[in-house]
Amino acid sequence: MSKELISIDHVYRTYIDANANKVEALSNVSLDINDGEFISLIGPSGCGKTTLLRLLAGLDKPLSGKLSIGGEEITGPDPSRGYVFQQSSLFPWMNVEKNIAAGLVARGVYKDEKSRVQDYVDLVGLEGFEKSYPHQISGGMAQRVAIARSLINNPKALLLDEPMGALDSFTRADLQDKLLELWKKKGTTMILVTHDVDEAIYLSDRVVIMTPRPGEISEILPIELGRPRDRGSEDFLELRGHILEKLHLASTRIEPEYTI
Amino acid sequence: MSDNKALAIIVSVIGFLIALALNLFVPDKQDVIQKAYRFILIALSVLYLALGIRALISRDYAKKYIFKSKFIFAMGIVLAVWDLFSSKLDILEMPFFPSPGKVCMVFIDEYEFLLQNVYYSLRLFTVGFLSGIILGIGTGILIGWFARVKYWVFPVLKITGIIPAVAWMPFALTIFPTSFVAGAFLIAICAWFPVAFMTAQGMATTQQVYFDVAKTLGGSTWYQLFRVALPNAFPNIFTGISTASGLAFTTLIVSEMMGAQGGLGYYINWSKAWSAYYKIYAAIVIMAILFSLILKVVSLIQGRVLRWQKGLLYE
Ligand SMILES: Nc1ncnc2c1ncn2[C@@H]1O[C@H](COP(=O)(O)OP(=O)(O)O)[C@@H](O)[C@H]1O
Ligand SMILES: [Mg+2]
Repeated sequence: MSKELISIDHVYRTYIDANANKVEALSNVSLDINDGEFISLIGPSGCGKTTLLRLLAGLDKPLSGKLSIGGEEITGPDPSRGYVFQQSSLFPWMNVEKNIAAGLVARGVYKDEKSRVQDYVDLVGLEGFEKSYPHQISGGMAQRVAIARSLINNPKALLLDEPMGALDSFTRADLQDKLLELWKKKGTTMILVTHDVDEAIYLSDRVVIMTPRPGEISEILPIELGRPRDRGSEDFLELRGHILEKLHLASTRIEPEYTI
Repeated sequence: MSDNKALAIIVSVIGFLIALALNLFVPDKQDVIQKAYRFILIALSVLYLALGIRALISRDYAKKYIFKSKFIFAMGIVLAVWDLFSSKLDILEMPFFPSPGKVCMVFIDEYEFLLQNVYYSLRLFTVGFLSGIILGIGTGILIGWFARVKYWVFPVLKITGIIPAVAWMPFALTIFPTSFVAGAFLIAICAWFPVAFMTAQGMATTQQVYFDVAKTLGGSTWYQLFRVALPNAFPNIFTGISTASGLAFTTLIVSEMMGAQGGLGYYINWSKAWSAYYKIYAAIVIMAILFSLILKVVSLIQGRVLRWQKGLLYE
């Protein structure tokens, strides 16, 4: 279980913003992630969560430091690392079925493996919507399609960038359970970016708390609660209080920015 | 609602019936054979009656039909007034303003020759327009995808694009072996520009996230080009094609008037040489019908290709 899959080793990433200022999106970030682990990254906006996911995906390169998966350095995007994007990212010209099949087409294995498409439609509970186009389905359904589209490639790790950010609380809870179910079924390593403390505690083996300016890890918190978790339990609430306090401290640190 | 529909049917048809009654019961001052015109009026009445019945059945279509009915009525009235001032009162000057009856007789007297020219025009248009579209999409892909091609070709496209294609006519006629090839070349040129421009633009405006998705799914450059950027450009490409169809049709007629051995443009020239102005009107009517058919075909294909843009969940 605790075999290491991903290693993030002293990673730095700076951007130059529109005013030619240096933004330290990530500063000295180190984190090891085990195979099959469920990790959440939590922190205020601008603390480098998306940047870290993009580095893991290979969509961006670190300024210095090293990221590797299975002992091999990450040099570019690869279907073994699935990505569910923060904004809606389904191809609008493909229906649900075609979107889910996109990974098979992209890898040139569609002919041999197209029978799997229906399995993934079923896996995320979208039977009957195969022929619908993205604008015809709800936001929650769209995110499930995006998840199925990544999972059909059987990735070792799934990178999820606030997939539930834009959903109402009922749909959100629903999708959280779906995600847990998929995680158990497939054993995929999950790396979830979120700004919802409850969500992080409810889902994760470990919660990584990040703080901005510069973007860095301030604490890695193991969640040693049995599953399924009770959001109202004392332990849950205690962890919640702890994380909120950490995040609050972080936000007071950047307060001067707002008072100018 | 069904009252509205019934009323719309009456409104649509009655204009033509008024025109028919006027033609039948007011005596002629000009010497015209009226049978073709009468037949067409009856045919139009029957057509709009039939469409009215369709409107009674289909809710979607009913809206459209009711909306159009006043205009259809006006068409009938315009025909009646035209008929009145020409064949009935002989006020409009001949030979420049012939009566509708005289124009309609052309369809009977000369249908074989007309059909032959329609066929010629359609063939020229299809060959030229399709080559232009294919060329345009091809160029657009190159410009939209390769920065270097954009640097060198895009300015050329922009400059040549604003020159009306028929300006090349004198060269086209000397360079190409037949007037057909010359015409096809000109039509292709004028379709090429808007299609290439819109293809390139549509590809360039593809959201970065779609490319990122393609990359994380394992998509090659090829995949990103033909499965992401190009489909993203389809709506723009069809805007380009729609724009191009008007330009291409104009170029078709003009190029046929300037040197072809057949086609509607040629027919107009030929009629003018004989001072048979009523035949020019007949050709104009046919051109209008032909062009609306072309537009219809384009929009049908567009609706099919872009069906992902339309529709609701629970249809
Ligand atoms: N491509 C970029 N160019 C310039 N600045 C960027 C870019 N991407 C991110 N940043 C900056 O880096 C910081 C971290 O961004 P991001 O990783 O998106 O944060 P988060 O996802 O935690 O909200 C922010 O200040 C952001 O403005
Ligand atoms: Mg983000």
